[in-house]
Amino acid sequence: MILQQLINGIVIGSVYALIAMGATLVYGILKVLDIANAGAYAIGAYAGLFLYQATGSLPVAFLGAVLFTGLFGVLVQRVLYVPLLDKPPLVPLICSIGLFIFIQDLIRLLAGPHIRAFEAQLPFRGIELPYLSVNAIWIAIMATTAVLLVFLWYMLNRTKLGLAWKSTAQDLEIAKAMGVNVDRVVAFNFLLGYGFAAAAGIMIGMLYNSVFPTMGDMPAYKMLAIIVLGGLGNPLGTVVAGLLIGVVETLVAGYVGFFLPRDAIAFVVLIVILLVRPQGLLGQRT
Amino acid sequence: MYEIVVSINIGIFVLLALSLNIITGYTGQPTLGHAAFFGIGAYAAAVMTSKWGLSFWLALPAAAVVAGLCGALLGLASLRVKEDFLAITTIGINFVTVAVFQYTPYLGASFGMSVSKPYLFGRPMDNTAFLVLVLVLIVLVCLLSRRIERSWMGLALGGIRNNETAAASVGIDVNKFKVVAFTMGTAIAGLTGAVYAHYMTFIYSTDFAFATSITILAMVVIGGVGTIRGAIAGAILLGLAPELFRFISDYRMLVYGGLLVVMMRLQPQGLLGEDSFLWRRIAPYLGGRKGLSRGGSLSRAGE
Repeated sequence: MILQQLINGIVIGSVYALIAMGATLVYGILKVLDIANAGAYAIGAYAGLFLYQATGSLPVAFLGAVLFTGLFGVLVQRVLYVPLLDKPPLVPLICSIGLFIFIQDLIRLLAGPHIRAFEAQLPFRGIELPYLSVNAIWIAIMATTAVLLVFLWYMLNRTKLGLAWKSTAQDLEIAKAMGVNVDRVVAFNFLLGYGFAAAAGIMIGMLYNSVFPTMGDMPAYKMLAIIVLGGLGNPLGTVVAGLLIGVVETLVAGYVGFFLPRDAIAFVVLIVILLVRPQGLLGQRT
Repeated sequence: MYEIVVSINIGIFVLLALSLNIITGYTGQPTLGHAAFFGIGAYAAAVMTSKWGLSFWLALPAAAVVAGLCGALLGLASLRVKEDFLAITTIGINFVTVAVFQYTPYLGASFGMSVSKPYLFGRPMDNTAFLVLVLVLIVLVCLLSRRIERSWMGLALGGIRNNETAAASVGIDVNKFKVVAFTMGTAIAGLTGAVYAHYMTFIYSTDFAFATSITILAMVVIGGVGTIRGAIAGAILLGLAPELFRFISDYRMLVYGGLLVVMMRLQPQGLLGEDSFLWRRIAPYLGGRKGLSRGGSLSRAGE
């Protein structure tokens, strides 16, 4: 039983990590709390669903939706976030919340308010053992998340672009002065950040077999708890925090029984940890 | 009658915007969970009058005290958890508070809680009486805000907003002023909650959800953060929005979201903030008051 619950927690946690990764990347570079990233999550899920229905091929739908949403992210940073960089942090934050409300309602108007089913046919089957079952979608989710996270790690640590990313994250102005093409780094950052959100949206849509306009609500807030726990803008911290929240939620809801709803657990964990470590789990004190 | 109801709703938002302005405007502390304290005041007052049978006029200040005490705790937390971390902690507080309201049977859980109508001079208070009460409270809070702006405390808060380290280095007791600002702002929000609960005579946990916090913050920022006129203008504008946009009912949220984006992109200092497009044109006509307005903008952390 405990093993089963742990696996449930890890599956949920890895999706949380993926959802929060987009916002982490954006925060890492621009120091903007990007709530609209949860809008990208919904856009990705819808784009993935429509592409899947149109083409019948899951890889095409997945890549197409990720690319589409990523390009949307590039547009968002060019038009909205970069011009607001020198403004007080509340300004881009409110802008981002406005954009999130706008996206959600636009989806509702375009695609209708009802829940759509996302039934994906996977080419392999799940594992069925006594006391333990891991269905195919879970395996797909864990594998995709692992691939995406390894890809991200490679990009950040083993390529020139990653080096540029890190220097831009440390200090945008100085990176620019040192000849880093900051505009390109920021654009790429959003391509990746929104693409990750889209990937998470598609996978959650498949996991719960439902896609609906307000599906971004839950991740919008939980993602914030996770990126803060991870130390704001620290990709590794986000993975740790995402897994931690996923496992803690599942175990607490499954065993201890909590008088608060499941979605409040993340914030209780957040408040407690922040009071002890104000810079987050893996954050560095500045 | 309809006008009175709309006016009371807007008046309640004006109070909330003014109270948030003390924390976010004057002191520069990002707060995304203000509705939690609005709710704490509402539920505290509702329990006192409807469960314990206390008078509304006693419950009103008591609710302010309860919310203010909770706010003081947040103020203490803000000494440790700063800037964007604080913003998200306040979101967390909002979620946890609403969850507590929603899951506590004593507070009516998800069914909401009915509140008895208060009496004034032996008669139940009607809407006109509530409007008068709200207006009186607005005037009082405006006077308080004005006093803060012109006092040593206002200067100290402005110092904390612009640069906390620098403020501390010139001998400002940053910790004390932060906690005081949080206590005052949240106490006013709690007071407003008490009025709201008894005016509505029924409260749901979702009335105080994160969305409400965002609305209050949007009012302050759209009006012009750090100014009394901005908080009031923002509250009236966004408070009227549901009425004004009634004819496009289905696109209301779309327009609201779009408005926030466009406003922030083109006029980030708010409609009536310092150096905003509108205020630059209005201010010269107001003559004498120009030199006294000392509202400011929030400085970017670390600068």
